[in-house]
Amino acid sequence: MSTMIETKDLSYTYPGGEGTAATLALDGVTLSIARGSFVVVLGHNGSGKSTFAKTLNAVLLPGGGTVWVDGMDTKNEALLLEIRRRVGMVFQNPDNQIVANVVEEDVAFAPENLGVPTAEIRQRVDDALEAVGMTEFTLHAPHLLSGGQKQRIAIAGVLAMLPECIVLDEATAMLDPMGRREVLNVIEGLHREKDVTVVLITHHMNEAEHADRVIVMDDGHVAMDGTPREVFSRAEELRALGLAVPDTVALLRELKANGLDVPTDAITVSDCADAIMDAMKQHA
Amino acid sequence: MEEIIKVENLTHTYGVGTPFERSAVEGMSLSVYRGELLGLIGHTGSGKSTLIQHLNGLLRPTAGRVLLDGQDIWAEPKKIRDVRFRVGLVFQYPEYQLFEETAYRDIAFGPTNMGLSGEELDRRVRDAARFAGLDERLLDKSPFTLSGGQKRRVAIAGVIAMEPEVLVLDEPSAGLDPRGREELLEHIRAYHRERGNTVVLVSHSMEEIARYADRIVVLARGRTLMSGTPREVFSRGSELVRAGLDVPQATRVAMELQKRGLAIDPAVYTVEDLAAALLALRKGGGC
Repeated sequence: MSTMIETKDLSYTYPGGEGTAATLALDGVTLSIARGSFVVVLGHNGSGKSTFAKTLNAVLLPGGGTVWVDGMDTKNEALLLEIRRRVGMVFQNPDNQIVANVVEEDVAFAPENLGVPTAEIRQRVDDALEAVGMTEFTLHAPHLLSGGQKQRIAIAGVLAMLPECIVLDEATAMLDPMGRREVLNVIEGLHREKDVTVVLITHHMNEAEHADRVIVMDDGHVAMDGTPREVFSRAEELRALGLAVPDTVALLRELKANGLDVPTDAITVSDCADAIMDAMKQHA
Repeated sequence: MEEIIKVENLTHTYGVGTPFERSAVEGMSLSVYRGELLGLIGHTGSGKSTLIQHLNGLLRPTAGRVLLDGQDIWAEPKKIRDVRFRVGLVFQYPEYQLFEETAYRDIAFGPTNMGLSGEELDRRVRDAARFAGLDERLLDKSPFTLSGGQKRRVAIAGVIAMEPEVLVLDEPSAGLDPRGREELLEHIRAYHRERGNTVVLVSHSMEEIARYADRIVVLARGRTLMSGTPREVFSRGSELVRAGLDVPQATRVAMELQKRGLAIDPAVYTVEDLAAALLALRKGGGC
């Protein structure tokens, strides 16, 4: 697999203000994200994960080190448009990302700015709305939609740029379980069917379920990096980093500690139930 | 148990006479008992935000009544301000509502408006900061230099400082990381236990509600769908799922196990209880 995004010795410091000290948010992050992968980034508040996300399409430029998007250095201003075409970003607050009064105009905003011909914009908008399941809302007013629907419109706006990679910076944090499910289904579909590279920044451990790879950040560093099973098998370390394992893993660990022979890395509810059934049958 | 708040047949219609006319709450009835920690659950559009804005008179019912201590809060509309001191409402993302020069002055804003000053005001600000888990050293800082979690504590302390009889919190832990959520909720629980005051906790997180609430009311489509202890409510897991709600992950695992033929009580809703039930089953050879 080729590389979508690469960072080397990436650091970033927020300048201090009146009476506040400067904060080192990223401190030497070196990693590469493969094209077509689904990466979940976890970490407590202040761990640097949102800062990391914002460096991936040059919303923030590295204070030190380098970020390459599809081989392009994000510090090269001449490449900015190309970089943002490759990597689209969805933010936390659905209300801050909507610019138009009609859904289709909102989705068309980016391709219009990129100078895409009108006929092609029509096609891209229709395709993008279909991909997020919002076709029937094409002519609706975005501010009257639910939070989950607004985030799907924001994703459609990114899709209309035909990006190769989507970065979601806590894009589900303000949504209810149903809205979160809607957004995750759309993201999983884009990854599966359109081979879009996904970088999902989140607080919700369960959202790591379908990832290929989980990166845990702490204090501006990469603290853990592996498959969901590998990362969630290190429960004590996660707890020390202010995070938790999914309840499924917590349950299996509790059972194992009490002598039931179960694997402790079944993350989904269905895998967890299967693992428990196997162990109970063996015991009987 | 004595009812501190009683909602009777509440209906609220937005945009009456416009093309957007829509009832967010329709014929809803529920009780809040004195001294309980009530969990309120419902997905977006279930009417919970509309409901809680009626509890302290921010919205006026289109039909039906809200009783506080047996009195219709709209019996004398001029006294509605007193209701807002007795029922304190913390909105979602309250940190966006801070405006004062220091955290201390922000917390003092509510009680100052109640006419308090001097030592009593100072005591209330410091007590409230402690209940919200805000370090006293942060009180002199500008709220805008604080972290998101600290700002939220300032906002919550600002409502607690009014010493309301009922504290209503709309999604107080939304957007916080797991440790931040737990710390904040532990502080709210400690406040509830120490003061013995009534708390209404609105949350999307079933795990959270299951762990902290004495009683749960589930709202769906502008009505009360069910109410009861966490055990009673989660024993109706499949109904909750049909209503578009989440159930705790432990309950989902229990439901899956039951589907696979294991004789497990699907009403368990915490990891600890489910583990205990499974271990007991193994001992009993119940497979």
